[in-house]
Amino acid sequence: MIRYLLKRVASGLALLCVVSALTFMMVFGATENVARNILGENATADQVKALNSRLGLDRPLPVQFGDWVSHAVRGDLGPSWTMSESVTSALASRLPVTLSMVTIAVAMMALVSAMLGITAAVRGGWADRAIQIVSIAGFAMPNFWLGLLLVLTFSVKLGWLPATGYVSFSASPSSWAASLVLPVTALVLSGIASASQQVRGAVIDALRQDYVRTLRARGVSPRSVLYRHALRNAMPAALTVLSVQFIALLGGAAVIERVFAIPGMGSLTVSAALIGDVPVLMGVVVTLIIVVVLVNILVDILNAWANPKVRM
Amino acid sequence: MSDIKTVQAPIHAASQRRHFVRSVLTNPTGLLASVALLIVITAAVFAPLLAPNEPSTVQIFKVNAPAGDGYLLGGDGSGRDIWSRLLHGGRNTFLGALITIFIAASIGVTAGLFAGFYGRKLDLVARWISDGIMALPALIVLLAFYQALGASIYLSMAVFGVMLSPGFFRLTRNLVNGVKNELYIDAARVSGLSDLRIITKHILLSVRAPVVIQTSIVAGIAIVVQSGLEFLGLGDPSTPTWGGMLQDAFANIYVSPQAILWPGLAITATVASLVLLANAIRDRMQQGGVPVRMPKVLPLTVSDTLPGAAPDVLLDVRDLVVAYPANDGWREVVKGVSLSLKRGEVLGLVGESGSGKSQTAFAILGLLSPGGRVLSGSIQFDGIDLGKSSEDEVRSLRGRRIAYVPQEPMANLDPAFRIGFQLVEPMMTVLGISRAEATRRALKLLARVKLPDPERVFRAYPHEISGGMAQRVLIAGAVACSPDLLIADEPTTALDVTVQAEVLDLLRDLQKEFNMAVMLVTHNFGVVADSCDRVAVMKDGRIVETNTATELFAAPAHDYTRMLLGSVLEGGETRTYRPPMTEERRA
Repeated sequence: MIRYLLKRVASGLALLCVVSALTFMMVFGATENVARNILGENATADQVKALNSRLGLDRPLPVQFGDWVSHAVRGDLGPSWTMSESVTSALASRLPVTLSMVTIAVAMMALVSAMLGITAAVRGGWADRAIQIVSIAGFAMPNFWLGLLLVLTFSVKLGWLPATGYVSFSASPSSWAASLVLPVTALVLSGIASASQQVRGAVIDALRQDYVRTLRARGVSPRSVLYRHALRNAMPAALTVLSVQFIALLGGAAVIERVFAIPGMGSLTVSAALIGDVPVLMGVVVTLIIVVVLVNILVDILNAWANPKVRM
Repeated sequence: MSDIKTVQAPIHAASQRRHFVRSVLTNPTGLLASVALLIVITAAVFAPLLAPNEPSTVQIFKVNAPAGDGYLLGGDGSGRDIWSRLLHGGRNTFLGALITIFIAASIGVTAGLFAGFYGRKLDLVARWISDGIMALPALIVLLAFYQALGASIYLSMAVFGVMLSPGFFRLTRNLVNGVKNELYIDAARVSGLSDLRIITKHILLSVRAPVVIQTSIVAGIAIVVQSGLEFLGLGDPSTPTWGGMLQDAFANIYVSPQAILWPGLAITATVASLVLLANAIRDRMQQGGVPVRMPKVLPLTVSDTLPGAAPDVLLDVRDLVVAYPANDGWREVVKGVSLSLKRGEVLGLVGESGSGKSQTAFAILGLLSPGGRVLSGSIQFDGIDLGKSSEDEVRSLRGRRIAYVPQEPMANLDPAFRIGFQLVEPMMTVLGISRAEATRRALKLLARVKLPDPERVFRAYPHEISGGMAQRVLIAGAVACSPDLLIADEPTTALDVTVQAEVLDLLRDLQKEFNMAVMLVTHNFGVVADSCDRVAVMKDGRIVETNTATELFAAPAHDYTRMLLGSVLEGGETRTYRPPMTEERRA
């Protein structure tokens, strides 16, 4: 088990290195126009040159990367080119917002899709059809369009919930919750659709196993057969879907944060992308890869709990 | 060499392909989706002809105008015609989706074909890259690369294609792994075809349909993501796009709320059509065109309680008919079986595989596979009519009075739980005893079935013990609540020959110790001779002969019994038993 985990950690670190290097080459390799973007059209060639040398862009790429890495390992992701704060501090204030939103979304998704998936697997009939319809709708509707429709209905027309803006948990827990209802709903629908179908398949699969017949032949109650035995065996498949969905939600959050004016990683990425704040983009990519690697390791641990064979 | 090619892959001829397309189109969902897609694509292609206005013409007095007056769906935030922009927006959407699916499919399918076919190192490397790409949030990467890729949305969609290629890769690789050892591939290899030719000619064909489905899904994802990027302001602001229109509508949501509907509906309808089409193709492939429906008319379960069972009869099965739903009504697998079992008696139920003996056993346990039903006949257990009892009443008999030993020991232990728990849980439920008491009994049982180290087995997971040990565990579980009837379904078939004898010995000892009635389902007359008092021979869902074991072996009455015996016993004597086989089979 320990060896298995170490292997996963090593693989995650390798992924982090490869992706950082590639991203660095991509984003820092295309910085000819950045100085002019920042200084404006009227800047002289000398001013541009001066800024380029101040930002260190006149050095060869590998040197720049080496410099970036030596600072990054100490937690220093460099200064932002357009904001007054450092990249690290910008990320530190934005990451919790996005993570809390995505975590709530994943938890809701797990809960709802487990209920829907199990019902459809056991009952069939209407639950099955409902899931099919929801999953097609959830797949086909862009989440930000759903977000817009929700804003239109619940904020513009009905005025029940705030249309935009984010209130931090420490400022007011109830306003915080209210500000997250619509974004999380918009974010989670497509995930619920695909996850509940996976849960349904996994549960049906587990209930078809021979050992289920044997357990029933021994007089184990149907409730225990379903919730204890079938569900535990369906767990690895469900967890895999959740981890895939988690990654999708991190991307989806970028658009949703824009719709609801939430100051998270997503809106930071979008504005940095449009203006060309390369150190911020680099920091975002690296931070999110670390988050993804950590989540995947967490999923591996949960999987090992559900499936003893993995533990070897 | 050329005639070896006649060992053909399941290649669909051109006519079959047309038939396939037709059957997808005759499915209502498939037809609806195809028509909808056709309309949207035609509208996009002929947008310059269909659109009443230039998409970028601005009319100041039509800013956020309501529908009408030359603007079918009203004007947007800059006074441009929403309907015309919608038609033109489709062009760039489909082009972007085409780029994505082309890149994703060509990279993914090629890599999947080679990784699947050659395996080993290539496969390992390709899988690592694929897993790595899948770990990246695609939208964030596209945003990060935006400055490097420039304002063209098409370059972004090409990169997105690379990011979606793992889906194609995994699909193709798994499919190739499934077919690469098929006989027709071996035949092609032996005939001297080059690897490249085998891959393109034979293997590519068998992965075609799933790849088409995946393409449809990926096209949907591409359209949604592209509109997201455009909504965020990435892309060329001078081209009309669905995502860009949503961005404009969002900016004017308080002034002209209805404008957010149209582009969103266009995206949703297009993507939904793609998914529905994929579903229709998948259904067609899985079901061979004919949807399997449960027969609507369920025959009433006839369950006449017949008097006259002798008092010492424990199990009395009369005219049992078991059926499963099939394409054309019910398919009977047990066709009127009658048998009875006295207390403490061992009955062998013998027949070839598929003769219905296991289904008879499952019907008695009330544990038929999903869809299976007892259509008629009665099952009486110790005077209780199981056909008339509720599910709860039957369940209360299982484990306590009727027990079951399965065929495949390893498949019949839940891999996720320790063996101890799997013994303790049923005892606590059935006997209502405490966990400590159940644990004590379980350890005693494990020792009773002669497992060398009961404590260790109790703590072990199923994958940590051997098949023979697992079967002892299952026997221990079956006799845990001292049942009156034990149904053993081929209990030794999956075991090594040396272990078989030990397990049979154990079953025989336990039968005497608990004075259980045992129904031993088997295809092996050796097992019957070893342990049974009486024998019932089954063929094609019917019992053809019942007799005491001694008499059956001495003078088999039915030709089929003689044939079965002849195929088991060795030596000159058996030849006299053997009937003319071919005639027998025809009869």
